[in-house]
This record gives sequence, structure tokens and C-alpha cells, in this order.
Amino acid sequence: MTLSRRHFVMGSTALALAAPASIGRAASDNLKFASILDLSGGLDIYGAAMAVTTKLAIEDINAAGGLLGREVELQMYDAQSTIQFYTQYATQAAAGDKADTVHGGITSASREAIRPTLARFKTLYFYNTQYEGGVCDYNNFCTGSTPAQTVAKIVPYAMKKWGKKVYIVAADYNYGQITAQWMQKFVDENGGETLDVEFFPLDVTNFGPTINKIQTAKPDLVISALVGGAHVSFYRQYAAAGMMKEIPIASTTFGVGNEQTLISAEEGNGMLASYGYFEGIDNPQNKEFLARLEAKLGADRPVMNELAIRSYEGAMLWAEAVKAAGTADREPVIEALRSGMSYDGPSGTVNIDAQTNHCSMNVYIGELTDQTWNIKESFVNQPPADTQMVCDLNENPNQSTFLFENGLAAAGIK
Amino acid sequence: MDLVAAIIFQLVYGIANLALISLGLAIIFGMMRVINLAHGEFLMLGGYTVVVATNAGVNIWIAMLILAPLVVGIIGVIVERLLIRWLYGRMVDTLLATWGLSLLLIGLVTSIFGASTATTISPPLGIIRIGDYSASGYELFLIVVTAILFVAVFATLKLTRLGLVARGTMQNPEMSSALGVSTTRTYMITFGLGAGVTGLAGGLLAPVTGVLPSIGATYIAKAFITVISGGSAILAGTASGSVLLGGINGIFAFITGPTIGEVALLVTAIVLLRLMPRGITGRFFRKYL
Repeated sequence: MTLSRRHFVMGSTALALAAPASIGRAASDNLKFASILDLSGGLDIYGAAMAVTTKLAIEDINAAGGLLGREVELQMYDAQSTIQFYTQYATQAAAGDKADTVHGGITSASREAIRPTLARFKTLYFYNTQYEGGVCDYNNFCTGSTPAQTVAKIVPYAMKKWGKKVYIVAADYNYGQITAQWMQKFVDENGGETLDVEFFPLDVTNFGPTINKIQTAKPDLVISALVGGAHVSFYRQYAAAGMMKEIPIASTTFGVGNEQTLISAEEGNGMLASYGYFEGIDNPQNKEFLARLEAKLGADRPVMNELAIRSYEGAMLWAEAVKAAGTADREPVIEALRSGMSYDGPSGTVNIDAQTNHCSMNVYIGELTDQTWNIKESFVNQPPADTQMVCDLNENPNQSTFLFENGLAAAGIK
Repeated sequence: MDLVAAIIFQLVYGIANLALISLGLAIIFGMMRVINLAHGEFLMLGGYTVVVATNAGVNIWIAMLILAPLVVGIIGVIVERLLIRWLYGRMVDTLLATWGLSLLLIGLVTSIFGASTATTISPPLGIIRIGDYSASGYELFLIVVTAILFVAVFATLKLTRLGLVARGTMQNPEMSSALGVSTTRTYMITFGLGAGVTGLAGGLLAPVTGVLPSIGATYIAKAFITVISGGSAILAGTASGSVLLGGINGIFAFITGPTIGEVALLVTAIVLLRLMPRGITGRFFRKYL
């Protein structure tokens, strides 16, 4: 056996991390729930609200007597919008804290940084963010909505409302690139035409040239998958050039960072978005949840969106599975989840789909009026049809891959 | 024809935008040799000043044109007194200290205002039409303000006693001191001025970009690249750096898309600094301010 320096360093680091934790474990017999989110840096517009609901979920679980008679202990890590911290904290949570489950990751880049690590350490991982689909991993449950659930709904809706010629703007990393391919596919399938697709690095703040190009192309609508604080500038500059009234925007990302509160009411009016959750959902769980949140945090509470709500529901799904399995050990919990575990949360009923470890969920189309989303249409119990095309964990549970890594064509989707 | 006009307008706006975010840094870094990594956060504080003031009912023009530079200028003076004045002539130490300052400011603003801030300020002024194309009137206003700001800084440095003393002190502090100039006071005022100009820029950009605690990070690299490419002459350097880099960025962004636009900007800066290590004004416009 050859012992390379890298292996030696990795091994000894893992040992060093594990040693104090194993001493700590003897003293406490709490279940450990680790959360890794961006609570500072450019992506905190998403992470802040997710952290609030994650904390709330753990409090709720403990208030109801904990799990298996044990308290659940929340360990929160702030990855500071830096991918390198994700890897570091995932290792720490798995090897150091010996967490029973890790929830977190916001961008697809951060998920791909921690997913392999957690699979290697055999630590159950939940990714509670809407994303581009395609993760096929026995160890990883993706509870957020995927393009077949949202993009497939909003594209025909927006095209029927506004016209067939579409211009796509998206963030320049795996989420934006792959989502843009889904958008093109759905535009095509609905008899529309994609005039152009443009990608933007996350720190671009001047969108002038793009706005000129959109004016030249004269599309009927713009579909956006822009991400992060800097990209908010696009909507502001687009509105400032008087374009909102001429060429409307539909989006699959606008709103999950509560961007509607970052731009003024008249700038945002009429925009469309599609998610697995909007605050206006009319069910008792949602009303009770929002009332409780308001009682706890006051009127300044963050506006709830899919990412925040799914972070809560993801934690609850895990808790339900632990109860059902009667243990927090990974294998039985995964089997309990895969037996079609469902949870009735604020967004409606969320079902785990055993074929993909994704969720079937209700999907909603919302229209922005005075900084509030009004639900225009709802779709009940939508399956993750995109990932189902390529992934079958029932047949082969021994998988841990991201099948859309090289785009849809490479995954065999035309 | 309309398209050409619209593109030229956007190019000029892109250049003005770059010049606006870089000018304050040119004063602090180009002139005082303080590597101010908190430059982006000064811009961010200017933006927050406008947001807070307009939410409190202050007229937006007063908030942008008077309050933003004033508040950030005062913060600049405080920072200079507490932190920077111990570090003159120690460039690497200023880098570390201002980096720490930048993290502190981001943390402070986040803990006071939260991670994302409600900005309900819309760009004032309407829309200008160029045939089939439309652009924001506010962008035209920003171009004009940037030009005025350059003239004002030029006039201050060239025509006033303060400007003469400041330039002299930066070139040779011992000699200035021997001639009876209070160099510490001059340093303080110059730093405050640079911070004030930065605050004004941040305030002016608040209506067209998102105002977030972390927004400074998106400006800092571009500001440094512009100033370093420009070279040691504050105004001529910033102006020529902005025209070159902003122009190339805009043209490439229009032809191929923003990713290549950013790449083109960076490649240009690298090639430029390889050929002209002291920046554009190290070779051309050497006699200029």
C-alpha cells in the first residue's frame, strides 16, 4: 500500500476532527442536525430566511418532545457564499460532529461541492432548494422543485398570455446553464421560438448592453433565471428603461431571494414566477405557520418563499422518517423516506418519490402585484418528471451522480 | 441608426459607470498609496445612506447628492484617524487593515439592516427614447454627474490651495512639513475627500443596483483594475482606464454576451499592464493630473 501525502493529510485531519467529537458524544445523546447555508456574502438573500425556518423546525420538533425521546441539536454553519467552506463544513459535520443528517446547500455549485463528501461519509443529506434537476443519489433527498414542475408550467402560461417569442437571461453556472436548456426545450414544445440566450457571471451589475439587445430582438417576453444580489440590478435597470411595460418578465428565480422587496412596487408589477410555495396558499397549515412566524418574529419576519418553506418541510420529513424508522441510523431512515413518506406542510402535501429521491409537490404560478405574489394557478401533486426520465434508484440504488452535469443532451434528453 | 445611437449611449454609460466607482479609489489609492480594500463598502455605505434617508422622508436628490458624500466622508475621516494614519507608507499593512475594515462594515450593516434590504427607491427621471430604443433618463444623468465630478475634482486639485497642498504632501511629506503644512491634517482631509467621492458614487448607483451589505464585492475588483490600468495620474488615469476598459467591456458584451465582456476587460488589463507596467499614464498623458 502506498501512502500518499494527500491521503495522509486527509486521514489525519479526519482523525483530528473526529477525536474531540467522539469525546463529546459520550456526554450527550442528542440527535445531531447540521445545517450549512450562506448566511453572509452575496447569497445570503436566500440563506437568511432558510436559516430562520430551519431553526423553527428544530424548535418545533423539540417542543413536541424531540425524536425517539431524544432532543435534536442544531449545528449551524455559515458557508459565507464561498464554495470552499461548504466542503470544509460538510467534512466537519459528517466526520467531526457525526451529524445524523445534513441539510443545506443553496446554489447547485454548493450542492455539488458537499454531495459527494456526504455520500462518502455516509451521512444523510437533504438539499431543500429548487434546482435544475438531475441528481440521482441514494444518500441525497432533493425536496425543492425542478424544471418539469415549474418551468414546464410557467412557460406555456406566460406564452399564452404574452406571445411566442422568448428571450432567456440566466446566471452563468450550472443552475442557469441547465435551466436555460429546460426553458428552450419547453418553449420549443409549446410551439414558441427562443430568440437568444444570455448568461451572466454572478457579479455583473451593468445590464445596459443586454437591455439594448433585448430591444433589438423584440421578443414577446423575457424569461429569467438570474441569481443573487448583483443580478437584482437587471430588473431595476430593465424597469428604469421603461421595458417592464413593453416586454414582460417571467422567472424561475425571482422571488426566492425575496427580490420583490428589493425593487419598487411599480417596477415589479405584472411579473410571473412559478414555485412550490407562495405565501398566499390557502390551507390551514400555511395560515397557522405564518401566524406562528409572525408571533415569534414580529412584523419584520422574512417573507416566506419556496426555499424557506422547503427548509422547514425538509427538516420535518427527516423527523417523520426518524419516527417511522424508530432510529436515526442512516439506512432505516432512508428506507422510511423512500417508502413514500409524505408531509402536510405549509406548501401542501409533499411526497418523496422513491424512484428519484425527489418530491412530488403542489406547484403554483404567481403574479406580482405591489410586491406581493398572487396565485394565478395551482397544480396538485406534480412529479419530478425531469429527473424521472434519467434516474431510477429503485432499480439501482447504488448511485451518487449528477446526471445533468454536462447538460441535457449529454443526459440523453432532446 | 437608432441602434448605433443606443449602443453608443450604453458604451458611454458603461464608461461613466466605471469612472464613477473608481474615482474615489483613485484619490485614496492612486494619490495616497493606501490600498483601500474597503472601497466597495464605502460605495455600499453611500447606497445605504440614500436608502435610510429616503425611507425617513428626505428628498432623494438631497439624499444622493449631499447626504451620501457627507456621511461617507465623515466615516472616512473617522477611519483615517483610527486606522489608516498609523499605516502610511506601509502598503501591505493598509491592505490587511482595510480588508478587516471591509469585513467589519459588511458585518455591521448586516446586523443593523439585515442581509437583504428593502429598497423602494426607483430611479428618478423618466425614459429617453432613441427611435425604437429606450434608455433610462437616470443613466444620462449619471453620465453628466460623472463628468461634473471629474471637473470638480480637477478644479479642487489644480486651482485651490487645498489641492496644491494635498498634491505636494503626497509627493514629499517631509518637504511639505518643513514648509509649515500640517501633513496629518492634509492626509485626513484627502482621505475624507476620497471617501466622500466614493459615497457620492454609491449613493448615485443606489437607484439602479440592489443595495445589499455584500454589494461592495462586485465593485472592488473593477475599481482596482481601472485605477491600476490608468496609472498614477488620478484623473487622466481613471478617465483613460475607464474609457479603455469600459469601452472594450461594452463592445464585447454587446457582440458576444456579458461573460466574454468581462473576460475581454480582464485580458485587456493584463496585456496592458504587461506592456505598460505603470499603467496608461505611465506612458501617455504623463504631465496630466
